[in-house]
Amino acid sequence: KDYTVRDALNEALAEELERDEKVFIMGEEVAQYNGAYKVTKGLLDRFGDKRVIDTPITEHGFAGLGVGAALAGLNPVVEFMTWNFAMQAIDQIINSGAKTHYMSGGIQPCSITFRGPNGFASGVAAQHSQDYSAWYGSIPGLKVVTPWSAEDAKGLLKAAIRDPNPVMVLENELLYGQTFPMSEEAQKSDFVLPIGKAKVERVGKDLTIVTLSRCVGQALTAAENIKKKYGVEVEVINLRSVKPLDVETIIKSVKKTNHLIALESGFPSFGVSSEILALSMEYMFDFLDAPAQRITGAEVPTPYAIGLEALSFPDEALIEKKIVQLLRL
Amino acid sequence: DKKFTVNLSPESFESYKIEGPSTEVEVSKNDLKKMYLDMVTIRRMEMAADKLYKEKKIRGFCHLSTGQEAVAAGMEHALTPEDHVITAYRCHGFALMRGATVKSIIGELLGRREGIAYGKGGSMHMFCKGFYGGNGIVGAQVPVGAGIGFAMKYLNKKNTTFALYGDGASNQGQVFEAYNMAKLWDIPVVFACENNKYGMGTAANRSSALTQYYQRGQYIPGLKVNGMDVLAVKQASAWAREYTTSGNGPLVMEFVTYRYGGHSMSDPGTTYRTREEVQRMRSTQDPIQGLKQKILEWGIVSEEDLKSLDKQAKQLVDKEVKEAEEAPFPENTPKILFEDIYVRGSEPDFMKGRTLEETHYYRE
Repeated sequence: KDYTVRDALNEALAEELERDEKVFIMGEEVAQYNGAYKVTKGLLDRFGDKRVIDTPITEHGFAGLGVGAALAGLNPVVEFMTWNFAMQAIDQIINSGAKTHYMSGGIQPCSITFRGPNGFASGVAAQHSQDYSAWYGSIPGLKVVTPWSAEDAKGLLKAAIRDPNPVMVLENELLYGQTFPMSEEAQKSDFVLPIGKAKVERVGKDLTIVTLSRCVGQALTAAENIKKKYGVEVEVINLRSVKPLDVETIIKSVKKTNHLIALESGFPSFGVSSEILALSMEYMFDFLDAPAQRITGAEVPTPYAIGLEALSFPDEALIEKKIVQLLRL
Repeated sequence: DKKFTVNLSPESFESYKIEGPSTEVEVSKNDLKKMYLDMVTIRRMEMAADKLYKEKKIRGFCHLSTGQEAVAAGMEHALTPEDHVITAYRCHGFALMRGATVKSIIGELLGRREGIAYGKGGSMHMFCKGFYGGNGIVGAQVPVGAGIGFAMKYLNKKNTTFALYGDGASNQGQVFEAYNMAKLWDIPVVFACENNKYGMGTAANRSSALTQYYQRGQYIPGLKVNGMDVLAVKQASAWAREYTTSGNGPLVMEFVTYRYGGHSMSDPGTTYRTREEVQRMRSTQDPIQGLKQKILEWGIVSEEDLKSLDKQAKQLVDKEVKEAEEAPFPENTPKILFEDIYVRGSEPDFMKGRTLEETHYYRE
């Protein structure tokens, strides 16, 4: 059966609301409006306004309120209309959410999920298309997942809600409407994916691309094109989780392919791909036949004009070009 | 232990958009003795912290509440263990009132394994049942407190939450965000401003366009309380508890109080206010002396009885401070360093150390 990512997220939320009374959803326009991106569609009708709560536009405040509810034993799912707006709330996420368990010596857990669209979006310019994977991925105490497919979306969101720690679910707006096959198993209400395990989406022997979120799809397309043109097999790893990051799966792949590209749409400096390249130096130096490379967003506030925007983010052609260059095809 | 009625000064309360509590308070002899003992114990403990800090045994920041004891003590006498309190970094007295031991609090200040947060939190971060810290980001605890209140309503529990903050924090935007949501959703929370007249070294009237903090909820009723009178604090807190747990939504409270010491240990507290002002407050407003005078005036307890309470507090604090000083530091091992970043059993496979070799694996 095929699911859109949006439907998968919606199903995950509905199942978790059904499973546990302590789970509730709050955020801007999540209830009567059915969600700014319709991820929470129908949940108000089904679960009522005690469990699905429209907030005022007050990110700092409702992120803090969610953290408080979690400290007192509830399992809130806090939606940010986009992660860009969560910059107003980042203090509550990090200083109140991520650190309280450690600061309390382990006596005060905070089981909360923050979710919403993150990263590249189309034609919305600098303040509405930024990727926060590296920001949250650097914080001890948080877990950060970055679903790509419908199965990722359902399994990771459910895992996030059930996890006893604060978990960030960084979705992508452009994926919401994309359709993916959903296995029988994933359609069940007990389907969860482990946080911290990557998935090899395409098996290959010549080069490893480690990527996340929307770039997974781009990498797969590029890999198919390269195969047709050069007969080369690229392995594509979908990280699924940025924190913890599954370095083992990457090492295993690089041992086989001896070539590594890290691909993401975030800024290049101090980013997810910077981290993967640093890991390659620490763990994979002896297996690499060429320096590991990265493909990232450009170091520029996202421009509005379509041609300039295209120059700011990775695309299939650029990925192919980098593969050709790295493998000297 | 017979209950009887005493009268508070008519100036104890000022209310905003609401009637407010009566100035007739029901107490017993034991209540009064306990209140006195609580305040004296807090002061003794803070004085011990002051001494340990000056001996360089306490690291980092240390904010003492000397002068403000009536707020923590009076509030606790109005709450049940199932109610909730959250505050900022001036938290030692509240932690003690909520049930922490002197040893665990001083132990935490000394960074010991037997500290209340196992040496991971320090002066500003203390947690126990019904007490959510000990928070170091000015104002951030206010929406968090509203969230604790939200949870009580969600769980159909008839418990309130006191979310405390200072006159300095009262100007944070998120405080008003919390007010708004709490009123919108009738959350049982008391937004309790401890107005000790200075946010660090900035006098209230230099930071706040309206210094009537109890009126700053605008659409939320407010109550100003003489925070130097433990009985007024108790009476007002009991009234606030009843008000917020009866479906009325939030209340904004202002405890007018005064801190004798500087903002923290590094502040002598004399550049932005005069020594005469501090002296005047100490000699005319002191919450411990105030209660003592009343009790003696009412002929409820003898001076000897109070002296024995003083002695009891001193002995307790001395004993527990000594035990805390003798308690071991946490072992300096990766296991202790990395424990409790995540809930046990849900950790990642490893966390990175300073170098690759120091990577800490939770499981073999």
